Amino acid sequence: MSSGRVCHFKLVLLGDTAVGKSCLVVRFVRDEFFEYQEPTIGAAFLTQKVQLDDATVKFEIWDTAGQERYRSLAPMYYRGAAAAIVVYDVTNKESFNGAKSWVKELQRRGDPNVIIALAGNKADLEHRRQVQSEEARLYAEDNGLIHMETSAKSAQNVKSIFVEIAQKLPKATVQPEREAFPIMRPRTEQKSGCC
Amino acid sequence: MAEHEGKGGDGGEVPAPRPDWLPDGCEMLADGEYDAIVMGTGLKEAIMSGLLSTLGMKVLHVDRNNYYGGECASLNLTNLYNKFRPGQPPAPELGHPTRDYNVDLIPKFLMANGNLVKMLLMTKVTRYLEFKTVDGSYVVKGGKINKVPATPDEALRTSLMGIFEKRRFRNFLQYLAGYDEQQPDTFKGRDLRRMTMLQLYEDFGLDENTQSFTGHAMALQRDDTYLHKPALETIKSIQLYVRSLERYGKSPYIYPMYGLGGLPEGFSRLCAIHGGTFMLQCPVEEVLFDDSGVAWGIKATMDGVPQVAKATMLIGDPSYFPSRMVKPTGMVARSICIMDHPFNGTNDAESTQIIIPGRQVNRHNDIYVCMVSFSHCVASPGKYVAIASTTVETSDPLAELAPAFELLGPVMERFDDVSNTLTPVEDGTADRCFISESYDATSHFETTAADVQSLYERVTGQKMDLSIDPEVEQEEG
Ligand SMILES: Cc1cc2nc3c(=O)[nH]c(=O)nc-3n(C[C@H](O)[C@H](O)[C@H](O)COP(=O)(O)OP(=O)(O)OC[C@H]3O[C@@H](n4cnc5c(N)ncnc54)[C@H](O)[C@@H]3O)c2cc1C
Ligand SMILES: Nc1nc2c(ncn2[C@@H]2O[C@H](COP(=O)(O)OP(=O)(O)OP(=O)(O)O)[C@@H](O)[C@H]2O)c(=O)[nH]1
Ligand SMILES: [Mg+2]
Repeated sequence: MSSGRVCHFKLVLLGDTAVGKSCLVVRFVRDEFFEYQEPTIGAAFLTQKVQLDDATVKFEIWDTAGQERYRSLAPMYYRGAAAAIVVYDVTNKESFNGAKSWVKELQRRGDPNVIIALAGNKADLEHRRQVQSEEARLYAEDNGLIHMETSAKSAQNVKSIFVEIAQKLPKATVQPEREAFPIMRPRTEQKSGCC
Repeated sequence: MAEHEGKGGDGGEVPAPRPDWLPDGCEMLADGEYDAIVMGTGLKEAIMSGLLSTLGMKVLHVDRNNYYGGECASLNLTNLYNKFRPGQPPAPELGHPTRDYNVDLIPKFLMANGNLVKMLLMTKVTRYLEFKTVDGSYVVKGGKINKVPATPDEALRTSLMGIFEKRRFRNFLQYLAGYDEQQPDTFKGRDLRRMTMLQLYEDFGLDENTQSFTGHAMALQRDDTYLHKPALETIKSIQLYVRSLERYGKSPYIYPMYGLGGLPEGFSRLCAIHGGTFMLQCPVEEVLFDDSGVAWGIKATMDGVPQVAKATMLIGDPSYFPSRMVKPTGMVARSICIMDHPFNGTNDAESTQIIIPGRQVNRHNDIYVCMVSFSHCVASPGKYVAIASTTVETSDPLAELAPAFELLGPVMERFDDVSNTLTPVEDGTADRCFISESYDATSHFETTAADVQSLYERVTGQKMDLSIDPEVEQEEG
């Protein structure tokens, strides 16, 4: 019975430009990788499920879509986010500093209980590494973050990081019946009258 | 050797050649050249930048504030106090200073089948937002709050009218419900394209009282000029009201969770996912014009460096343009009240719209009251935010809101604002400055949507396609 339960969570991706946020999402949702991933254009958000033993977690994944370039993310982006993946590029030291300030921003603007994972992406490019695993691990530990090194290219740890987040999310709390609704045109209702 | 991978902002690896349009001593603002620069992140500007980017235009959207929404922002208590009571901390009994409140500076509700909802559906921005219905739509008569009767059943139960008038009004509503512009047999011998609204009212024997609340609270007319125009337009407005009401049951209005501020944010996300660039806290100081008076760019000084961006058109709210380009149209008085109780006579509704028809209180313009509360996540538990507004008629604007304050009863805190409303002098086709109008006192978005349609038409030369029918089944998107 309980394994049939589906819990919905909003997850946001944060991180400097070109660290591979969109590639991580595309790998996770469609299991694809493109060397020439377009900067995030067109997609609103993608959804993907993670099957756990006792429940199904359905992520609604919000990519930043470029508003991060001048740090102009709208509050709606953070609102209601249960989890966040802050991404940096292991071959770019600057992006790791960026990740730290994104973590701060999230702690300031996000839900106080948000679960944060730190992803050191492009781990396949070992020969160009600028950020040592140990440094990132210590930082994550100090701040209570999940930490993994990932590669959207080789798929290393991509599924794992989402699964670990899914496991940490508070599924026990029964999600209240919401009166609020997105506006949609009715599906089933038939229009009466002509043709 | 390659330096840092660009963190964004400062372009790429090789510095691009300096474009010839860039004035001496200035740097490029963002990427420098755009199809459109939009100034101010108010709702109208956000809809425009969202729509233009979906047409494939390269858009730069700037705002001088460090928050989205401009005049249409929804503020938390701290920001609300900063704006109205600088230096004074929020009263602790109101609730959490930054989490609980999202108070609109300009209160409005969305008509469930109205044009703003069509714009949300057409652009799919509705995916980013959640709404809840507004509990009730009321009108004041003799100082008492009455539900606006909009169905034949309600017409018979209302205490707004006497027994004979009720029947006449019910007949009128039944005629409306059946009327279809495409089907002459529903006309019942009346040609609504020629007959005036007044003639139609008289045809049904409706008295001035009924005419007044039908015109003002249902057709959302702001004055009585509609009476002498062909009835068709007004009939369509009333049908919109009635169909919107049927959609969700309690009232024709819906309102977003967490306040209206989500609307411009949603459209700004639409723009961003289509490649638009957003820059908050951008201190735009000047619109740049060429010798023939055509605008070509904007200038902002950041970190002591003057920066310039260029575009073929500038769109923005009046505050971003030189004052000679706009003219005043009047003033709006708004008063934001925080209360710990709902309105008397509304069945403890947690959100309501109340219209006080001007003639009820010896004024020309109606007074509007929008009330929302914790149930839409805009106030802390047990608290209500009511905003009264009207078009100013005298030299004592706040006194004009007195009839609204009487309905409200005791309030915990009140913030008053009187502002000028402005409209552009030119339509922008000559000088490439497309300026939106200030938000009016109405408590709904129909006039806002009309201004956006007008801007869109001036900017693109085409009519906005709002053919989407909110009541017809939609595909999975
Ligand atoms: C939503 C709503 C809007 C209304 N708008 C108007 C309106 O625009 N004009 C209107 O005449 N009545 C208006 N009324 C009705 C008005 O308040 C009276 O209820 C109505 O005129 C019946 O009045 P009575 O027969 O009890 O006469 P009384 O109340 O004794 O009225 C005597 C005269 O004063 C006029 N009068 C009464 N109230 C107003 C008013 N608020 N403004 C101007 N004249 C008034 C009446 O038309 C009448 O000629 C409105 C009522 C409602 C509920
Ligand atoms: N080698 C390698 N390249 C990667 C990896 N992930 C992403 N990339 C490349 O990095 C570049 C940027 O990836 P995106 O996913 O577009 O980055 P982003 O963070 O979404 O960028 P913005 O949308 O501009 O903020 C692309 O050229 C990818 O091919 C990875 O794991 N390994
Ligand atoms: Mg991306």
